[in-house]
Amino acid sequence: MSTTATAVGLSPKRGIWGGGNEPLKASYGKLMMWFFLLSDIFTFAAFLVAYAAIRVSYPGYAGPDDVFVGSNEYWPVPEMVFDAIPFFHGVHIPLAFVGLMTFILIMSSVTMVLAVEAGHRNDKKDVVKWLLWTLLGGITFLSCQAWEWSHFIHGTDGGSMLTYVNRMGQVVTETVYGANLFVNEYGPAAFAQLFFFITGFHGFHVTIGVFLLFLAFYQAAVGVYERRGHYEMVEKIGLYWHFVDLVWVFVFTFFYLI
Amino acid sequence: MALQENKSSLEVIPRNEEKIKKIWKTALILLVLTSIEFFFAFTLPRGILLYLIFVGLTIWKAKYIMMDFMHLGEEAKPLFYSIVVPLIFLVWLVIALMREGADIFLLRW
Repeated sequence: MSTTATAVGLSPKRGIWGGGNEPLKASYGKLMMWFFLLSDIFTFAAFLVAYAAIRVSYPGYAGPDDVFVGSNEYWPVPEMVFDAIPFFHGVHIPLAFVGLMTFILIMSSVTMVLAVEAGHRNDKKDVVKWLLWTLLGGITFLSCQAWEWSHFIHGTDGGSMLTYVNRMGQVVTETVYGANLFVNEYGPAAFAQLFFFITGFHGFHVTIGVFLLFLAFYQAAVGVYERRGHYEMVEKIGLYWHFVDLVWVFVFTFFYLI
Repeated sequence: MALQENKSSLEVIPRNEEKIKKIWKTALILLVLTSIEFFFAFTLPRGILLYLIFVGLTIWKAKYIMMDFMHLGEEAKPLFYSIVVPLIFLVWLVIALMREGADIFLLRW
């Protein structure tokens, strides 16, 4: 902990950056987590800006929303692509499912702050309780994403009639169902590629977050942090988890709304 | 084992209801901002105005997450700026790649 580890006073000769001080007043682990997150912000930003650049390089769908047909000639309208929710097969309910996912992730971020707050108070019972809620939120989000991916890959009942270059290099015109990295029924190939890479990279982060949360939950429950004397690990994992939520806020806007 | 038993039980500080209330308030703000985004997604026509509203609301939400959930504002000033200032490079990235995309559009269609 920063307060106990620093016995060296501020030397007037060496100044604040002269060594032996902690000018940033944060532990090594927390600092490195922040700088890791900064680099991760750049990675995700590169993905999202690439999405924007590729999207403006295609014409957008110009007709009315309710008669939207998928085509690789123009960029699709997200609310016509992401309009399915489990147990309502074929019903057009735009963006409801992704809204639910956003709600789940924001709530799991809230329970994470509550866990960090309980950690500051050394309240083991509260830490364990809130970490468990966060863990549940994370697992629920991942399950939703698995369903979303599965639906996206398998596609709708009707599919779309497309002319495209297939894997053998031939130009074919046929009905395409669902999506893969070569062709998809919703829009240009880049649309599904970006969907897989952006939401996949985010989902990968959530998966790692769930592992870390489980670690924190387990260690808090068996009293590792209590013996250590502080709950800083909960705080560091909390930073990571909030970052995952932060990225989703951007993915949600740029992929599902715009 | 005996050693562990001696060291266990940190002093538990009682809950500060004020702080916890503030966390829930931030959560409510985030949910309201998201609802507003939803509302606009279905009521406003697509166009530059709608996109600007979306981006503005998103950055506003990001500010709440970073300041209230990640407590970046409570860190030392040099740490705060070393995280926030590098993000200025993203402004260049956005402008450069949007230009590039628009030019590819002109070449392709």
